[in-house]
Amino acid sequence: MTTTNKRGFAQEVWDFFCSLKLSIFLLIGLALVSIIGTVIQQGPQREYLATLSETKIRLYSALGFFDMYHSWWFILLLYLLTLNLICCSIKRLPRVWKVVSEPVLVMDDGFEKSLANVKDLKLKGSKEELKSRMEAFLRAEFAVPVITEKDGEYHLFAQKSPWCRLGVYVVHLSIIVIFVGALIGSFFGYKAYTNIPEGGAISQVQTQSGKMIPLGFDVRCEKFSVSFYDTGAPKEFRSVLTVLENGQPVPGFQNRPIIVNDPLTYKGITFYQSSYGQSDEGALYHLTVRDRKGGAPVKLNARQGERVALPGGAFLSVMEATMDVRPFMRGFDGPGAQVEFTPAGGNPQPFVILSDKYESFNAQHGGDLLITFDGMDQKFYTGLQVAHDPGVWVVWFGCFLMVLGICMAFFMSHKRVWARVTDSGVTLGGSASKNPAGFEICFDDLVEKIGKA
Amino acid sequence: MSSSMLFNVTMVLYMVSTCIFFAFLASRNKSVGLAGTYAALFGFLVQGAAIGLRWKESYDQGHGHAPLSNLFESVVFFSWTIVLIFLFIDFKYKYRAIGFFVMPFALFGMAWAQLGLDTGIEPLVPALQSNWLMYHVITCFLGYAAFAVACGISIMYLIRESMEKGGADVQAGGLLSMFPSIRALDDLNYKAIMIGFPLLSLGIITGAAWANYAWGTYWSWDPKETWSLIVWFVYAAFLHARITRGWVGRRAAILSVIGFAATIFCYLGVNLFLSGLHSYGK
Ligand code: HEM
Repeated sequence: MTTTNKRGFAQEVWDFFCSLKLSIFLLIGLALVSIIGTVIQQGPQREYLATLSETKIRLYSALGFFDMYHSWWFILLLYLLTLNLICCSIKRLPRVWKVVSEPVLVMDDGFEKSLANVKDLKLKGSKEELKSRMEAFLRAEFAVPVITEKDGEYHLFAQKSPWCRLGVYVVHLSIIVIFVGALIGSFFGYKAYTNIPEGGAISQVQTQSGKMIPLGFDVRCEKFSVSFYDTGAPKEFRSVLTVLENGQPVPGFQNRPIIVNDPLTYKGITFYQSSYGQSDEGALYHLTVRDRKGGAPVKLNARQGERVALPGGAFLSVMEATMDVRPFMRGFDGPGAQVEFTPAGGNPQPFVILSDKYESFNAQHGGDLLITFDGMDQKFYTGLQVAHDPGVWVVWFGCFLMVLGICMAFFMSHKRVWARVTDSGVTLGGSASKNPAGFEICFDDLVEKIGKA
Repeated sequence: MSSSMLFNVTMVLYMVSTCIFFAFLASRNKSVGLAGTYAALFGFLVQGAAIGLRWKESYDQGHGHAPLSNLFESVVFFSWTIVLIFLFIDFKYKYRAIGFFVMPFALFGMAWAQLGLDTGIEPLVPALQSNWLMYHVITCFLGYAAFAVACGISIMYLIRESMEKGGADVQAGGLLSMFPSIRALDDLNYKAIMIGFPLLSLGIITGAAWANYAWGTYWSWDPKETWSLIVWFVYAAFLHARITRGWVGRRAAILSVIGFAATIFCYLGVNLFLSGLHSYGK
């Protein structure tokens, strides 16, 4: 009793995982729960969290809604889908394989009744003659037939593209292959980010989780540039990169331009143009200082924060600067700098200076000195997305299988034709796994041609 | 002649086609139905020319790119693909009545694009400067269009079925008599989805390939990606539901309508209500 009960239970579990109802439930269920993560911000920002109540935040984080697609229950659903898929395929594949590998060669009466297309043809000639005629006919018009002799009758069987019945299983396999590829990527790959100032080099990158990963080589940013359309919309972000091994440029990886949609790959690690910014450390500011009482103007250069001695014992440091003040100061344009001016023996005074176009504006400050800002040698840093994903080719292979399998399952049909040859004539039967209306036309066509042959 | 004028002509032709299809349902005259199809075909050709002309105009402005880059261009392309899939099914199966349920989608798209959207040709921002844009957009929209046709067919199914249940005598006449039988409608629904599903799959795959090429991640659960997966799940459920008994007919038709609603949300709702990578011209 106990053993049958146990078998009964195992059987029930097996049936549960083989059921198509479960698949439909899982597919619809995944569709529904996926919505949650598109409505609730994933990896939420502080501003977003501020709009939620305390209880909501506690509830959402307990349910994993803030990183929903990696929460245990979402992953569990994906594993259930995979298990369901595997069980279903294991259960059904042998049956389909049998249809493909052991076709029904003989059309007996019972089988004939199950076929949608059957035609009795009265033809003159002996059994032998008719057999050869039918064989030649099927070979020419349909496919090479297999001939079986049974109970004094000849049975011919011919089929086209039997393997397309496996299309569904190719699709299902492809989904598993894609999952495997994704798992490989998540265990052995990483996504990271790095900023490189122009002229600077990096040898490690930081992953999303904050871990530093050594690259095993260096990447130097030679130059970064951004260009705009007349409309003001960005046209191109371009970094020029050089890969260095032991401090030496690698041939073929020297001064390689990369732009959005055209990355650089070296040793399986790919660098993508992602963002940019103004690098402060490198910028060199140009100033002109003139004594109001007369005298030749003096040109000065300063780095950010550096205290520069001015004629007459005063000091100046540039805090920050821009090549275009329009976004910050209404009615002004051109370069501008926020400076801190310390008169000889006085306290520091912060103010803004502009180009020589705004003489009277600049004249408001500086004591005896008239200071103008001439501009700067601006340096950028380039922001690169860095990815290493050894599973990606497995994923592409899975995608290829999926397209192939869908085409086999949807657009191809396993067509079969049987001919039973007796002394009184030929009975032709046919069936197709897809598109019965289309096959009927094809079958009628065959029947008509036999009449003429 | 500008592309904008041709788009207006297209819109008028789609309206004419819709009206003729209505006249066909009312008159039950076969040649009226054929006229509706020809009006749709003519509109389709004019629209094709207009899209080509807009492409050329973008080159004249000095930053040539395929007209698939902003909301206006995508709505226009969507309505063009809907007519393409409709004409394919119309010429293959010759059920003219479907036109009355599908052409309004194309008409609505054109009217919205021409009257409500910004028609300017803008240069491509760096993120869109890739050939993948074309492969991705074309496959996705052909898939969406097939689902639009399936949705029109499913609505016909639901109308016809409920009228038959209500005891209407279908053979005696009325608008219903030109509808295909409910079995044919069920079958056509399946056929349209069989066109759409592979195309949507290809659309998702080309999108993933592009994302991987441009950013190094083929899947990042961005709302648009997630919604395309939701749509894909719904239609996968539809395909499996047909294999188990009891899910053909009415339930399949409802699932197809839900699928198209999800498709539209994926296309427009995500841009309007959610935020992510795929915002048009933001
Ligand atoms: C829970 C997981 C799944 C299970 C258990 C499952 C099971 C099945 C079964 C039993 C069939 C019928 C095979 C036959 O006719 O002998 C089938 C067909 C099919 N499956 Fe799945 N499937 C699953 C998920 C998927 C997914 C996610 C896709 C997405 C592409 C898919 C695509 C297909 C296709 C295209 C067919 C052919 C449908 C047709 O011919 O109309 N399956 N599946």
